[in-house]
Order: sequence, then structure tokens, then C-alpha cells
Amino acid sequence: MIGITSYGAYVPATRLPLALIGGSRSEGGPEKAVASYDEDAITMGVAAATECLRGFDRAVVDAVFVGSTTLPYQEKLAASIVAKALDLRRDVATADYGGSLRAGASALRGALDAVAAGTARGALVVASDCRLAAPRSALERSVGDGAAAFLVGDAHCILACEALHAVADEILDVWRAAGDPFVHTWEERFVVEHGHRSVLVEAMRGLFQKTGLGPDDFARAALYAPDLASHQAAARAAGLATERLQSPLFGRLGNTGAAFAPMLLVAALEEARPGERLLFASYGDGAEASAWRTTAEIEKLGPRRAIHWHLDRRRAIRDYAAYLRARHLEAAEHDVRQGPAISATVHFRERDHDLSFHGVRCRRCGAEYFPSQRVCYNCHARDDFESIRLSDRPGWLLSWTLDHFFPTPEPPLAAGVVQIEGGARAYLQLTGVGSEELRCDLPLEFVFRRIHEVGGKPNYFWKATPSRNPRPEPQ
Amino acid sequence: MNPDAIRDKTAIVGVGCCKFGENWTQSPEDMIVEAAYEAYADAGIDDPQRRIEAVFCGAAYPSRGTAEVAESLKLFDRPVSLVQNYCATGTDAFRYGVFSVACGLYDTVLVVGFDKPKDRGVSGPSIMMSGVRDLPATPAGWFALCAARYFEKYGATREDLARIAVKNHHNGTLAPKSMLKREITIDDVLKARIISWPFGLYDCAAQSDGAAAVVLTRRELAKTFRDDFVLVRAVAIALAPNPQSDPSFDFLGWKPTIYAARQAYAMAGIANPRKEIDVAQVHDCFTLTELLTYEDLGLCDKGAAKEHVAAGTFALKGELPINTDGGLKSFGHPTGATGVRMIYENVLQLQGRAGPRQVDNAAVALSHNIGGAPQTCGMTILARP
Repeated sequence: MIGITSYGAYVPATRLPLALIGGSRSEGGPEKAVASYDEDAITMGVAAATECLRGFDRAVVDAVFVGSTTLPYQEKLAASIVAKALDLRRDVATADYGGSLRAGASALRGALDAVAAGTARGALVVASDCRLAAPRSALERSVGDGAAAFLVGDAHCILACEALHAVADEILDVWRAAGDPFVHTWEERFVVEHGHRSVLVEAMRGLFQKTGLGPDDFARAALYAPDLASHQAAARAAGLATERLQSPLFGRLGNTGAAFAPMLLVAALEEARPGERLLFASYGDGAEASAWRTTAEIEKLGPRRAIHWHLDRRRAIRDYAAYLRARHLEAAEHDVRQGPAISATVHFRERDHDLSFHGVRCRRCGAEYFPSQRVCYNCHARDDFESIRLSDRPGWLLSWTLDHFFPTPEPPLAAGVVQIEGGARAYLQLTGVGSEELRCDLPLEFVFRRIHEVGGKPNYFWKATPSRNPRPEPQ
Repeated sequence: MNPDAIRDKTAIVGVGCCKFGENWTQSPEDMIVEAAYEAYADAGIDDPQRRIEAVFCGAAYPSRGTAEVAESLKLFDRPVSLVQNYCATGTDAFRYGVFSVACGLYDTVLVVGFDKPKDRGVSGPSIMMSGVRDLPATPAGWFALCAARYFEKYGATREDLARIAVKNHHNGTLAPKSMLKREITIDDVLKARIISWPFGLYDCAAQSDGAAAVVLTRRELAKTFRDDFVLVRAVAIALAPNPQSDPSFDFLGWKPTIYAARQAYAMAGIANPRKEIDVAQVHDCFTLTELLTYEDLGLCDKGAAKEHVAAGTFALKGELPINTDGGLKSFGHPTGATGVRMIYENVLQLQGRAGPRQVDNAAVALSHNIGGAPQTCGMTILARP
């Protein structure tokens, strides 16, 4: 039996109330999740994957497949950054899937195929998107940011894959040409009638035909749709009763692109009991529908942060201009992206520190440090250290400041020295923390973020953020 | 370390300092010449080409290195070295000058400290991002890191810090070469825009351009320059682990100062610094730095600094006047010049030449710099013969 053995998801805490786009300030209306200035498809993917791997030995991962339409590099793998940030084995297979809203589902299919072919026993799938629509455009009201992750394997599956059916289709309905920052779409009625609705339904009907199953055989259906009306229209055309539809979360999450259907599948898994059949349908230049069944294993999976946990954790943006600044949609006098790039050789040497957040433990006296040292501060032993991963350890704030001088889209910058359980200390930026929350001894955990964009490239490092339940357990 | 090795073997016979400030119309050459020629004149030297045998320079961000000083002063065919040690740069250049004379190698040497940050086109420190995790914040952010813990443990507040800024602004009005000459109130400090909590604008030193110079000679030759020469009793430098990663750091005071003070007091034979030191210039890059320095130097008990600040212990008319010329806060802070500027002020105080800011009967003077993350501290102790 091949299928999903674990899941995780990530929704950025920041919400853009749609009313702000129109210039009003009403609270409590529809909103969408937007990545903070230090987040992107990679950081969100790492967060979702971290949840997915919670309670698992990371050594079980043989392959990492990342699906997204908004990876920060056009040439350079995202999966390698994700694998390094997750501190996975060096001999994992890595690949990115892109170019389509279906990229997340395609990455999942790739993982199923790899496990079926025996080239991987554990394959990690990350679907993440952070799409940009032109300010105040209609699309800006619907696109949101988020990520989902699955571990695919052939044992202890919580969700077994029964069948898949794909349809290839060529249509110019939603696109983003190379070099264009914004997603575009053709006229809405054309896009819905000849794009999403007809092709998604074609894929679902194909699946029904292939398996002999009907819409009433599915307890839950996680369907991609660009908006609520299209979602309802596609479900109706496929014969799916409303109560079987996994809520598409419009007005709370937004359409998270290649991550959208995978995130709805995660939401379905959070609520599902053993023995339920699930329908998963993803759209983009064609469509793909698949049939799945939950197993008894689903009740054994430990608690993790997924869609519901993240949706409950929200911080509304109060100022549309702050959102524009964070997305570089407003010109700034000093743009650090214009500065000289971080040396590739420095990046190369510091990968273990910056991406894997490795410190060292002295074999002689047990003292721990970040970053690594050649000579122990404590016992002065030379070159007698072992590498340790700090990213999934708890920490607490020793001391802090709010720096108003540091150039950041959302001043002031919170920075502090973090005591990491075990003894190491690190001077880090804090993120997702209100100034009023800062205090000595505040419990913290670590998140992978864009630290800055010097040289026009995303430079990644870890930040600290207040620890919230369920807390990560050291592994 | 032999604490007696250099004590009182070197004499300061001339000091000079250019006016600190945003010296838009002056080049580094202009400032170096001004400071050095004032020091020559102060020492009664009219033939520097013959008398100056070696030059020790300090600059944290020189554009041309040693040549900047050698070319400015036309001092060639002799050793010229440049020292860099964060904010203790000027003090460390002076220290090497003292060693070179105390060991008997040279009779007379020149020490020059200078920096020209205002040619960089930025207000405040520039933020260079050369590494991924190099700079999670700014110097104000680094030096602020003791605040949260110290405030919590000892109940100090921003108001205690503000009193230090008010004191140093007042002292600065009395120093002809200081950058800022403006009295401020506690209210001004508390209401100013925040730079890095708890530091507002007035908690931060004034970054400025400047140069200062000192002429050193062997004690036996000092009388040939002037009668009221000043002796170098101690010089010290100490490094400490980066407080941002030091596993044993308590965020209640700075280790570099504690380490350097241990050395300097041993060399000077000082057991009770509060009683034995008459005047001090300490590194007030931020108000909290000065407050912690009172305790780190042993001038008051741990946690007691705020009571002394309120009581005026370290005010110009107090028991132990500190930063009599306004300090980094209002005299200005051209990094490489600062340590040498402090020696300039201490020499004037010991010679009774400090005008309206003169401390009565000053016989022993201390200077102190702390810099980097901070990780380094430089100190000197000077005395009347």
C-alpha cells in the first residue's frame, strides 16, 4: 500500500483584510493570508515540512519534491535549500515542480511514483506558493499564501492512494510570463467555463469511470477552485453534494495556488476518521483527480500544526502601505537588493550554520556553541566537536532590543540573544512578535526565514519566534 | 605579566586635538596636521622631522592606512604603524607608543588617532551586510542587549540613563573643541525618537570626524620638553568572548572592561579605584555603556550605579567627575581618535589646563574604551609625577 504517512501545513500569521485594499478599515470581514516580508515559498515550505516530519526520524526521507509557481530562483533548485534547512541526508533525491497551479499535485504524484518504483521509501512533498497579483487588481483579492507537506511511503500510510486520473489541456486562462512579477488571467466567464470547471470535472469523471466510484462514494472532496462560485459550480457539475466538500476557506486563507488543493487535503485529513474515502482534484493546464482512503494509522499520528492551528493564529495588517512595502511594491530610497551580493564562497562555508542551523557540542566537556568553533571556549580542547542541529530545540530570550535604525520593511526590528536548550546561544532576529510581548525568558522556537535580500537574492537564516502550543519537541 | 615593567617610564609631553564635528570642509590630512602640530607646539617641538622617531596611528576605517599619516606629516624614513582595535583603536595605538619608549628603543614618538566617518554619506553607523547572519541589528542594538536584563534585575530605567546624557551634554558645553554644545533636559532625552530600545537619539554618541595626537618621551627626557609632564602609569587591552554567543554571559555588565580593569589596576597599583582616581573619561557610546562602566570599573557596587547617577557622584562637581569634556556623547566619536582624545582631556586635567571644566587637584586620571560586539576594552591610567 502506497500513500501518505504524515502531513503538515503552514499559513503565514499575517492577514490582509480585503477591505484594506479598497481603502477602508472594517474589521472582521473577508481576509487572506499573506507572507510576511521575510517569508516566501521556500520558507513556508520548510515550515510545513517541519510539521510534517514532527515525530519522524528525518533519516526516513529519501527524496524531496517541491511544487510551486513562485520559487525565488528561476535557475537553482528550491528542493536543495529545503533539504538543507530540514537537515536531511545528503543522498536525498531533489526536484522542483513548477510552471503550473498543478505543481503541488504533480510533486505528490512524483512522490507516489518514486515510492511505487522503489527509488524512494520515504518521499517528502512540499507544495508552497506565494503569488503576487498587481496592487488593487481583482486577482489581488483572491490570491493567498501558504504551504502543505506530505510524507509519502509504502508503510504505515494514514491515507492510501487508490487511483489517479489526469487530463492535459492547453488554455491561456491564468499565466505569468518570465520576468513579470504579476499573475494574469483572461476574462472570468471564459476562464471558468472553458478552463477550471470543464477540465476539473472532466478529470473527476475520468476518475469515476476508471474506478467505478461515484460522487457519493467520497466522504470528503478537496477541490481546487479560483473562487467560491467556481468551487460550487465544479462540485455541482461533478455531482458532489455540498456537505462532502472540504471548505475552500475563501475569505480566510485565499487561493494559495499550487498549494491550495494540497492544503485542503490537509484540512480534510485533520478532520477525517479511519475508513473514509477522499477525493483530491487539482487544476492547472489540465487537471488531475485522485481517490484515497484513510486507514487506522490516521489515529496514531501525533498532534501537529496544520490548517486549523495556523488559521487560528492571525495578525491582521492595519496598513495597506505596509503590505506593499513588504512585497517590494513601493520604491524605497535604500534598497538593499542593490547592494553587493553575499559571497558564494562564504555561503558555501556557512551552509551548515545558516541553513541547517547546526551548532557544535564539545566531546570533551559537553559545552555547546553556535556557530561552530575550532577551540572550546570552556575547556579549550581543539577540534573535538560533534555537529548538533539546533533548529528543532526550544529556547528562551536572554535579552533583547527593538532596533528602529535597522533597515526593515516593518520597523522596529526585534533582536535578541537566545538561550538554546543544551547551552548554545545565538544572536537572532525575532519575528512574529509584538513589541509588547518581549520580555526576558520568553519561550522561543526557531523558524527558517529570509534574513535579507542583499544582492537581489533571498538570503536565508533562522529567526526566533514566540513558542506557541503545540510546542516542538526536541528530537 | 610584570605589572611594574612600564609603570611611570613614559611621559606625555605634548597633546593636540582638532575640533570634533561634521568637518565637511576638512580632509583627514587637515585634521591630522592640526592635531599633530598642536601636540608638537604643546611639547615645544619645532623640529618634528628630527625629534619624532616613530609614529603609531589608530584608525578604525582609514582610507589609505599608514600613508594617510606619513604623507600628511611628511614623516618618512622611520617606522609608521597603524593599529585597529574597534573603539579601543586610539588607546591601543597609544599603548604601542608607550611600549616603544618604555623599552628604550626610541626617545620620542608620536601617537595619532583619527577617523572620518562623515565622508561615508550616512548618518550614524553604516549598515554593511557582508554575511548572511552578520548583522541582526546595529551597534545601538548590540550595546542595548544588557538593558532588558539589567533593568529587570536592578530596577534601572530610561530616566537613569537620561541623567547621564544630560550630564555629558552639560560638560560638552564647557569644552571648546566638542561637537555638541547644547544643554538638554531629561525630558528631551525621554521624548526623542527611539534608535534601539532603550536608547533614544540622546542616548547615543555623536558620530563625528576628528583627530587627536600625543607626543611621548622617556621620563628622563621629559623635563627637556616641559616641567608639568604627565606619566603613563598603566595601559591595558583585554578581549572577551562575543557577548552574543558567550555561554556564560550574564547581560549585567561588560566582561572586556572587567578584564582590562584588572590589568590596569595591577599595573598602577590601585586597590580602591573610586578613592584613588580623581578624574575619568569613559566610553559612553551609549548612556547604558557609561552606567555599566561605573560598575565594571569598580567605581561603585554592582547595581548601585543609578543611585550614584542620581546623587551626582560622577558629575563635574561630584566626587569622581567622569567625561569632563562631554564624552563621546557630545565631544564626538571619531572611532580611532576617541582614545587619544580622552588622553588629551586627562592630560589637560592633570596639568590644570581644563578651564571651566577643571577638576580640583586632579592627580590620577583614567581613560576607558569598549568596542566591537562589544568584545574589546582599552584603558590607560595617567598621573602627575
